[in-house]
Amino acid sequence: MQTHVKWTTWLPVVAAGAVTAYAFTRRQTQRANGHGTGVIADQGSDTRQQLGGASGIHVEEAVTVNRSLPDVFRFWRNFENLPTFMQHLESVAEREGGITHWVAKGPAGTRVEWDARIINEIDNKLIGWQSLDGSTVSTAGSVNFRESPRGTEVRVHLQYNPPAGRLGAAVAWLFGEEPNLQVREDLRRFKQLIETGEIPTTDGQPRGGRR
Amino acid sequence: MKAVCWEGTNDIRVERVPDPAILNPRDAIVRVTSTAICGSDLHLMDGFIPTMQAGDVLGHEFMGEVVEVGRSVRTLAKGDRVIVPFPIACGQCWFCTHDFWALCDNSNPTPSVTQALYGFPSGALFGYSHMMGGYAGGQAQYVRVPYADVGPFKVPDYLSDEQVLFLTDIFPTGYMAAENCDIREGDTVAVWGCGPVGQFAIRSAFLLGAGRVIAIDTVPERRRMATEAGAEVLDSMRNDVFHSLKTMTGGIGPDACIDAVGMEAHGAHVDYWYDKAKTMTLLATDRASALRQAIHCCRKGGVVSIPGVYGGFVDKVPVGAAFAKGVTIRMGQTHVHKYLPRLLRYIENGDIDPSFVVTHREPLDEAPRLYRTFRDKQDGCIKVVLKPH
Repeated sequence: MQTHVKWTTWLPVVAAGAVTAYAFTRRQTQRANGHGTGVIADQGSDTRQQLGGASGIHVEEAVTVNRSLPDVFRFWRNFENLPTFMQHLESVAEREGGITHWVAKGPAGTRVEWDARIINEIDNKLIGWQSLDGSTVSTAGSVNFRESPRGTEVRVHLQYNPPAGRLGAAVAWLFGEEPNLQVREDLRRFKQLIETGEIPTTDGQPRGGRR
Repeated sequence: MKAVCWEGTNDIRVERVPDPAILNPRDAIVRVTSTAICGSDLHLMDGFIPTMQAGDVLGHEFMGEVVEVGRSVRTLAKGDRVIVPFPIACGQCWFCTHDFWALCDNSNPTPSVTQALYGFPSGALFGYSHMMGGYAGGQAQYVRVPYADVGPFKVPDYLSDEQVLFLTDIFPTGYMAAENCDIREGDTVAVWGCGPVGQFAIRSAFLLGAGRVIAIDTVPERRRMATEAGAEVLDSMRNDVFHSLKTMTGGIGPDACIDAVGMEAHGAHVDYWYDKAKTMTLLATDRASALRQAIHCCRKGGVVSIPGVYGGFVDKVPVGAAFAKGVTIRMGQTHVHKYLPRLLRYIENGDIDPSFVVTHREPLDEAPRLYRTFRDKQDGCIKVVLKPH
């Protein structure tokens, strides 16, 4: 590390629509709640099998938020909030029967869209979902919420299998070379937003030199 | 507006830049009435802190008048006269709510570098590189202050700018350095470096009950200013610091040692040249002779307190000596917010008048010259206050 080292890594890394796929790796043996999806999952089974084995990409990231568990859960459960901190996500719309429609911004003005189904939901504890069969993006995910001595721990599991072809390239672009980093940055923004009501920025501040 | 910009190592300029605007709901804009050059700004000038970019607006010691507030700010109004702490803190993360204001989890919009370098992201500072958030600083006519409902601290009109300006950084920094020493009535505290932070550390040590303060510096006017506070002084170029401290303390050593020098130590000893060679060949980043000496001189079971800034890596730190003597080492950026009410009371009570430290008062336009004057310790320069309007 010295004066003239080029730092590129610090550039705020764009978070892909991590939601494209919150993987559901630790499935719970509880009946889903709220949307009547009624999925009963086997303890310990892994979405990697559903998504074609180890070829898919799996990400796990966690953040601790200095707010109460119900506040944190409620904010996340309102899926329309997700695009406020997931930078590549354009919209999430909730439809009938636990179906959600996701729209993410792809490269060069393109869009990636898919439908997912909530396959598990336990108040103040867990939200898990999975893309519908035949969906353009094959994905599953879960978010776990847990009280900790430092606030509320939010743990995201995410699994996806990029499709082939141009769409696959768009999905790969969304997640970049380091899917973990994308999810981590999204979670950081989530924490910033819910703790402080805003996401810190310096875009638009004065600077000298080349203009 | 006019602002002091970093254009490269040893290239500081005053430039015309756009006025700052409110970017987030909790922002405020402050019209800067006084701003100071900090010793740590010299590390930027000298290129010791990575991730600076040409055009960055410098300055983290500033105060002024609130001229605009964002829609979520309810605790400040136009016309309020405030000092602004140099660490940017959200006030709501776990760290802020536990008085670790300088370790704010949320304020840094570019946390990846410090996350990679230090394991976890650091909080943001004004005008102090992009790894520290890249916020434009306050050596300017106007400055945008994020989380304005948390940082800016109102000060009474009857106190002059120079009496309250140093609440932004160097007074709390010297005070925290002394507080970290766990001073008991009558203790002896040794302070390496009689720059502005060292001066406040000396006075704070006395405020906290030290019986003796022994201050170490090579610059005569800085030693003189230390003696004015009641400190005994040593010139590290002439005195054998270890031997002197040992005999002055009856063979025991100082109860606490403060390194108010940091990463760009100068010295006459072989380790200075060792560090110099290593930093020049990129094998190390910081020169640490003051720190090594502080650890070596500290009495058994004593405290070494480090307000001096370190950014990267040093070697040949005598960890064995620290271990064998059971020394406690404390350090870190100052949690300025935590100290403000207490330190303002000291000023209001007349226990200290921080304006003692000011040696140079100049218009903002003169900043480039004064950066050099301050760095080269010319013209008796100890502290520079700039007037932007």
